[in-house]
Amino acid sequence: MAANPSQTRGPSLALIGLSRHYSEVVAVDNVSQHIAPGEFVALVGASGSGKSTLLKMVNRLIEPTSGRIKIGGDDVTDREPHELRRSIGYIFQNIGLFPHMDIAHNIAIGSRIGNRPTLPPGEIADLLESVDLPADMATRMPGQLSGGQQQRVGVARALSTRPGLMLMDEPFGALDPITRENLADNYRKLHDRLGLTTIMVTHDMAEALLIADRIWVMSHGRIMADASPAQLLGGGCGEDAESLVAVPRGQAERLLARRDAL
Amino acid sequence: MRAWFDDMAPAFQRVPDLLAQHLQLSFAALALALLIALPLAVWAVRNRHVARFALGFASLVQTIPALALLALFYPLLLALTAIFGDWITPLGFLPSLLALTLYALLPILRNAVTGLNGIDPAIVEAADGVGMTRAQKLRLIEAPLAAPTIMAGIRTAAVWTIGAATLSTTVGQPSLGDLIFAGLQTQNWSLVLAGCLTSAGLAIIVDILLGTIENAIANRRKKRGWIAAALLAGGLIFALVPAAQADNNTITIGAKRFGEQYILAQLIGQRLERAGYSVRYREGLGSAVAFQAAAGDGIDIYVDYAGTIWTNEMDRTDRLPRPAMIAAITKWARETHGMKVAGPLGFENTYAFAVRADDAQKLGLDTLDDLARVSPDFAFGTDIEFLERPEWTMVKQAYPMRFRKARPYEVTFMYKALSSGQVDVISAFSSDGRIAANNFTVLADPKGAVPSYDALLLIAPGYADDRKLLDTIQPLLGSIPVKKMREANYMVDRPEDKKSPASAARWLNTQIEKLTKESQ
Repeated sequence: MAANPSQTRGPSLALIGLSRHYSEVVAVDNVSQHIAPGEFVALVGASGSGKSTLLKMVNRLIEPTSGRIKIGGDDVTDREPHELRRSIGYIFQNIGLFPHMDIAHNIAIGSRIGNRPTLPPGEIADLLESVDLPADMATRMPGQLSGGQQQRVGVARALSTRPGLMLMDEPFGALDPITRENLADNYRKLHDRLGLTTIMVTHDMAEALLIADRIWVMSHGRIMADASPAQLLGGGCGEDAESLVAVPRGQAERLLARRDAL
Repeated sequence: MRAWFDDMAPAFQRVPDLLAQHLQLSFAALALALLIALPLAVWAVRNRHVARFALGFASLVQTIPALALLALFYPLLLALTAIFGDWITPLGFLPSLLALTLYALLPILRNAVTGLNGIDPAIVEAADGVGMTRAQKLRLIEAPLAAPTIMAGIRTAAVWTIGAATLSTTVGQPSLGDLIFAGLQTQNWSLVLAGCLTSAGLAIIVDILLGTIENAIANRRKKRGWIAAALLAGGLIFALVPAAQADNNTITIGAKRFGEQYILAQLIGQRLERAGYSVRYREGLGSAVAFQAAAGDGIDIYVDYAGTIWTNEMDRTDRLPRPAMIAAITKWARETHGMKVAGPLGFENTYAFAVRADDAQKLGLDTLDDLARVSPDFAFGTDIEFLERPEWTMVKQAYPMRFRKARPYEVTFMYKALSSGQVDVISAFSSDGRIAANNFTVLADPKGAVPSYDALLLIAPGYADDRKLLDTIQPLLGSIPVKKMREANYMVDRPEDKKSPASAARWLNTQIEKLTKESQ
């Protein structure tokens, strides 16, 4: 299911013996995983399973207690954290648009802080278009936008510096179901078209099953299952995976039963 | 209305110069406070130990009354002059600047910390996520988002500083407080009003301009913000212009904080002006401040009292006959400070224990011994400093007094307290016209516990050998009888038909000239 490597701008990612402790609590416990260029990985698990911590260690918002991370073969500690982050797209649930800057300035922030030429208006319009927003949105302030529109801008901002790797921390979790579905679909298309490598943290197994190439099931800081959506739906991936898959499967079965009962 | 205007016009005459000085001081203190508080706030937000210490310290400073804070810098800076020498002046601008700066720290610091901490964590996470450095985050995100809160703090600080700057008068820094203190002492309410209105008006205008900037930042209306900033800058330039023109050949005349001192300063000033000098006044100085100011050439000439120097500056409690005491002071001032005691003015202003005439009659009070006898039933009113002064210790040693209660007053209110019966005895001043005017009885001091308080003309080291100046003031020496001084004092201190210190000084001068002619 991965995109054709020739079109891929996304790097590979390697997590090597990665751990993060908070005094007594072990948030991430000796995780070693590999992601191929262009893969879309969903990281699912209950709250407190360590999935956000794991994700944030990749762009060094959280430093690991031990272990290493390599992006495209290069250790993340080779570069200053801010330089590393400029090469990675980061999208999270609370969006964090800068309220004192209009949408164009929000989107162009990456090139502004990176001493690159300012984005021409045409490029901002293209980025807005890629997330299904009209070009005249550029002059609005974030407060004037709906939650869904704001997160679309969040995606455009993350893409503005042409990153290969995208980190998404429950990106659509706070949105209504229709907006959410819409945005998820739209993002998956962008992922394929741009050949990105994506890790998306979500607590919604249905979303993961529908959007991702691979799903990591996380519990108590460990990866309990690493499988494709088909494998997970087929079962035999362990207890944690089963209980997570059981929810959307049960819902789907009940919905079908109701329809048949009519 | 016309009369009121005639009253107010002269009061406002000194406003422009004092306003400029007031502005300079307030702006400098505010600017320094900003320079300290803003970086400190940034540090405090990143380190909670720093936050606790910095905010704790700034809060502690606020609990010290501004007047005390100003006064505390005097001994501190005096000690530092021993190390750093001449470029530290313990009086005037420097202590005022430091005290006001400390005072302005809290509102700026607290608001800046609140503003920076109040930023939505999601915005900070986004700033980190897009790869901002610490400096970029501060410049692009934190500073602009916290700016409205920080500006609110700066506004509070500005209003406080402009208000508290009036107190810098007491450490010898000219400010609008000069008018207020002079007015309070001589009960010249026009002066008090002129000082208060101007300082309040200044505070309001600065607050409005800063408020406009605050609004402009919050609503991103750049033009308005720049106009307000330009007006503020213009005000500062206006304040700095007179300073650039300050004349080094001007004689500065000092005066402590009571009517007699204001009159004598004017008397000296008028004489110097007639001789072609340009003069300026530095009035409302604290007692110790005045002497130190003269010793450090902060003021050039002023009148002090033999007993004050004897006890406060020379730390002596022994008693000498008047001429010997004056000779000893003259020698000491010359040797230790390079100052010149030009000589006595001819009258004494000593502490005089005064009681109401009917009490004196009824209880048979003639001397301090009699007072000691009735003291358990008496309430004692004093000026602000008497209870802490060595003279009070000396009196208590000679006459065992224990009063029912003792309470300090501003001098004007001390006389009122006695006449209205709030207290039964006061530590009055022997040259004060209000003793006779209120028909108070002054008690004798048969044991000579209170030292002599001859008024002495003191000249700062810088002019100690200036022949022309000494010749100009020579005619004042030994020429003022206590009776004339009392009359002049009463002109200024009386509740009705008040005269300004300047016109009382003119009257006194004609009296002096008359007496001189008669004696020739």
